Amino acid sequence: MSALMDEKAAATSQDGVRHMNMIEAINSALDVMLARDPDVILLGEDIGYFGGVFRCTAGLQEKHGTTRVFDTPISECGIIGVAVGMGAYGLRPVPEIQFADYIYPGLDQLISEAARLRYRSAGEFIAPMTVRSPFGGGIFGGQTHSQSPESIFTHVSGLKTVIPATPYDAKGLLISCIEDNDPVIFFEPKRIYNGPFDGYYDKPAKSWKGRDEAQVPEDYYSIPLGKARTVCEGDALTVLAYGTMVHVAESVCRDKGVDAEILDLRTLVPLDIEAIEASVEKTGRCLIVHEATRTSGFGAELSALVTERCFYHLEAPVERVTGFDTPYPHSLEWAYFPGPVRIGEAIDKILSE
Amino acid sequence: MASDSHEKGRNRPKLELHVPQPHYRPGDTADFSHLNIPAAGDQPRPDEVCEARETYPLCDDLIRVLGDDDRAHGPWDPRLHADTLRKILREMALVRAFDNRMYRAQRQGKTSFYMKCTGEEATSVCATHALAADDMIFPSYRQQGCLIARGYKLTEMINQIYSNKADKLKGRQLPIMYCSKRLNFFSISGNLATQLPQATGFAMASASKGDSRIAATWVGEGSTAEGDFHSALTFATVYNAPVIFNVINNQWAISSFSGFAGAERANFAARAIGYGIAGLRVDGNDPLAVYAAERWAADRARSNGGPTLIEHFTYRAEGHSTSDDPSAYRSAEEREEWPLGDPVNRLRKHLVALGEWDDERQQAMDEEQDAIVRKAQKDAEANGILGHGLHHPFHTMFEDVFEDLPWHLEEQAAQAIRERQIKWPEDKAE
Ligand SMILES: Cc1ncc(C[n+]2csc(CCOP(=O)(O)OP(=O)(O)O)c2C)c(N)n1
Repeated sequence: MSALMDEKAAATSQDGVRHMNMIEAINSALDVMLARDPDVILLGEDIGYFGGVFRCTAGLQEKHGTTRVFDTPISECGIIGVAVGMGAYGLRPVPEIQFADYIYPGLDQLISEAARLRYRSAGEFIAPMTVRSPFGGGIFGGQTHSQSPESIFTHVSGLKTVIPATPYDAKGLLISCIEDNDPVIFFEPKRIYNGPFDGYYDKPAKSWKGRDEAQVPEDYYSIPLGKARTVCEGDALTVLAYGTMVHVAESVCRDKGVDAEILDLRTLVPLDIEAIEASVEKTGRCLIVHEATRTSGFGAELSALVTERCFYHLEAPVERVTGFDTPYPHSLEWAYFPGPVRIGEAIDKILSE
Repeated sequence: MASDSHEKGRNRPKLELHVPQPHYRPGDTADFSHLNIPAAGDQPRPDEVCEARETYPLCDDLIRVLGDDDRAHGPWDPRLHADTLRKILREMALVRAFDNRMYRAQRQGKTSFYMKCTGEEATSVCATHALAADDMIFPSYRQQGCLIARGYKLTEMINQIYSNKADKLKGRQLPIMYCSKRLNFFSISGNLATQLPQATGFAMASASKGDSRIAATWVGEGSTAEGDFHSALTFATVYNAPVIFNVINNQWAISSFSGFAGAERANFAARAIGYGIAGLRVDGNDPLAVYAAERWAADRARSNGGPTLIEHFTYRAEGHSTSDDPSAYRSAEEREEWPLGDPVNRLRKHLVALGEWDDERQQAMDEEQDAIVRKAQKDAEANGILGHGLHHPFHTMFEDVFEDLPWHLEEQAAQAIRERQIKWPEDKAE
């Protein structure tokens, strides 16, 4: 927690800090950037007058006007495609895709166009944009409101992929994304919009109230991309996680009394390889946790990197805890979700080696 | 068995799948008499800021200015000065000379690939003249005429085609996928129709900033079947974006005739009707009509009248690209029988009819254009041709993926440079 507190102290004085859940933090980041930079423009389905189905853009149209924050047709190809053109003009569009599951109709514009514009024009044209999209399961969204497609994007050269796990990070990282001159995918773990989730689905939902990570400065601050956050320090094993799974992993380790070092990766591309190497070299054991399906998931990349780079420090095989290779099943959501049982078993296995 | 049980006891009519067929295949006699080609000058010209619906009769018509008498007729006559006409003629001839030389260069192995626009020169050159210099062009791959009309250096174009060491795109792009920010010519994508929503976005951005720049984009008729086309038109109509959609209906999409993009049912200009935007259908081989239509759409966009879709009705006289053999799928006669003639010839004859041009000047001009291209080609070849020498420092391969080089690309660049010394030890470059 210490690194977090340092950043916070550097960013702002004590007053002007407010308790925010993740939705409010994202809203605050957008508000700050709309006010700071006249080139920032928000577009997406239902984001204007209504403020978005998750309310992340609530009040922003009223405050900044309909030409800065507006609704779009239901056309993800159009949303991303016009954002490329807006970027080429010199704006900094922040398109919202209502659910990550609906990003596919816009994929060609993201993968073939936004991601490659700088490269193919040798830097003459750029497509700065931050595509915001809620992702992940745990809210009974069924197959079409629960996917975690991050590895589709991490596989594409030219895209950055950012996933916050706390309100404080959500605001600071989102501001960095908007200021970045490359196209960024900003996935919002919707399960933790309103509170951290410890993986115990049968217990009452928690809220961000009273949590350090929910103390968010109202003004501008940024968190650099490509820097992982050390959630807690430990010696027994390194846990690499992002989004909702950071909290689940944290609670499992706490409950099991395991002295884990948990890294919240925060950005998958660019990846903080130094932090990963340093931690695995220290602990000699590595567990990777994500919600996305297993095969070719980002965990495979992490596992390969750790094995390639830290092999002689490893005392046990690298383990992955992931979602299953099936679509997200609505009624069996909690059977699918990589929760405490799956994580606990993997930890036991790693520690028993 | 299966069909038996399907038939039994049924008296409903059997459904039939329709698969479009072009009029002529190789060996067939081409006859375009089924085309409805109205007389030049007969088409009404609504005011630029009219209601979109006033243009709808024009979606089923064909705007023509140059008549069989080589004279300009009717309300769409843009009344261009003879100097402008000569300039346009020269540029169209230059495009043609350039295409011919580059086609040969590909055959000589100097590059991997080339695409001609023979017969379609008016749709790029004349349209560009109707735009302001700072209007943004979002081209497809057959709009070399836009760059030439904006005065782009031919040597730069050839450097790009050769991917040589002077190629400012650092040898990364397919030949002919030009880009010039200075000339407001957007980077070309090989993924069809992606430029349409982008042009719309640019136009929306310009409008949101209270700027006066508009966007114009080009797409083939075959590519109008892509979802991007429909997304772009939806966004354009919703936000009244100052954008012009030029649909180049050259009848063929590689070997698929326009019927596979829906041409049997409706003209491409008529796509505008469903979106409530202005639509014009133009004789794409009539330089004056193309200029006039584009100018109309530009003026409309600039005065907040919104988007226009223009179908340029033309014919792809040559193959799709250097990789294509059109004699394998279409009648060899089509090109000769195309009833709307050749745009370069039509403009030449018009200038002659005006007493502003003659055969001698034409011949001198043709020779001059060829010499210009040859000189540019020679200059470009001094910078190398494709595959001769590894032209760019290997590190550049990893640049521009992101603004800054992340660790993994830095590591991979070091790897590539190490390999270079092993694979090409005689090569001194980085
Ligand atoms: C998305 C996509 N699909 C397929 C192709 C392959 N392709 C390249 S050109 C072409 C035909 C395009 O025809 P049209 O749009 O009519 O343009 P024209 O070549 O006639 O100018 C096809 C299918 C591609 N480049 N991109």
